[in-house]
Amino acid sequence: MPIACEETGRALTVRVEGEIDHHAARQLMEELSRRLDAALPKSLTLDLGGVAFMDSSGIALVLRAYRRMVALRGSVTLQNVPDQAAKVLKAAGVDRLLPWNE
Amino acid sequence: MKPVNEAKLTFWSRSANEGFARTAAACFAAQLDPTLDEVNDVKTAVSEAVTNCIVHAYPDQLGLIVLRLRLYPDNTLEIVVKDSGVGIPDVDQARTPLWSTGGADRSGMGFTIMESFMDAVKVRSRPGKGTTVTLRRRIARRFPG
Ligand SMILES: Nc1ncnc2c1ncn2[C@@H]1O[C@H](COP(=O)(O)OP(=O)(O)OP(=O)(O)O)[C@@H](O)[C@H]1O
Ligand SMILES: [Mg+2]
Repeated sequence: MPIACEETGRALTVRVEGEIDHHAARQLMEELSRRLDAALPKSLTLDLGGVAFMDSSGIALVLRAYRRMVALRGSVTLQNVPDQAAKVLKAAGVDRLLPWNE
Repeated sequence: MKPVNEAKLTFWSRSANEGFARTAAACFAAQLDPTLDEVNDVKTAVSEAVTNCIVHAYPDQLGLIVLRLRLYPDNTLEIVVKDSGVGIPDVDQARTPLWSTGGADRSGMGFTIMESFMDAVKVRSRPGKGTTVTLRRRIARRFPG
């Protein structure tokens, strides 16, 4: 599961690609945690533009990033969320928790 | 009503089979000429049901999962996901949004997603025997032109 990062000052953008299911989630979680611990950003943008499929494993991933950023007194924004992932995240109310750039 | 087509797959509870199962269901559904949204709904619900077998039904051993796909004359797709794992002691509680025995890696939203993406979700379970989840979704008929 490839992820790519871009850091500008204390702002971190993480681009996630591929299919986010339980099979892929563990590695993705570890990778994301590692990047957050290294960058300690004030704001995190999760760019989901390359996500071909997401199930509830993706909800847990986004919520974990959210909790980590709350602990860092920072914020999380979702970006380029594809329709299928948007429907899953909205079913869990994640759209009411986080700012969301279409 | 008798099905007009049926397929049955049996596979091990390896997480690599999550993608296999939802793709197989999508391929079977393709004969109904579904929209992309309809295919994605089916894939998402199957992914939830199969992941539950892998994560919860067989927590520390491999077991078999049966995926049965049926197509009915009224354009209804029926998907049955069956395991012979630990079972669910209280199905109503398990179906409650956010309820999970899975810890921080799980969100407790699997059944809620199946319910909102499918027309009907039926769960039968016996502790120590296993769980059968039946998903139904009617695919809209599309006419050319
Ligand atoms: N096939 C199964 N065998 C045994 N227990 C199950 C099975 N499916 C679900 N459960 C139980 O029902 C609970 C709720 O399932 P649900 O899919 O809604 O949430 P989850 O799997 O815990 O989290 P998520 O699906 O959001 O990752 C599970 O935590 C588990 O206790
Ligand atoms: Mg689940």
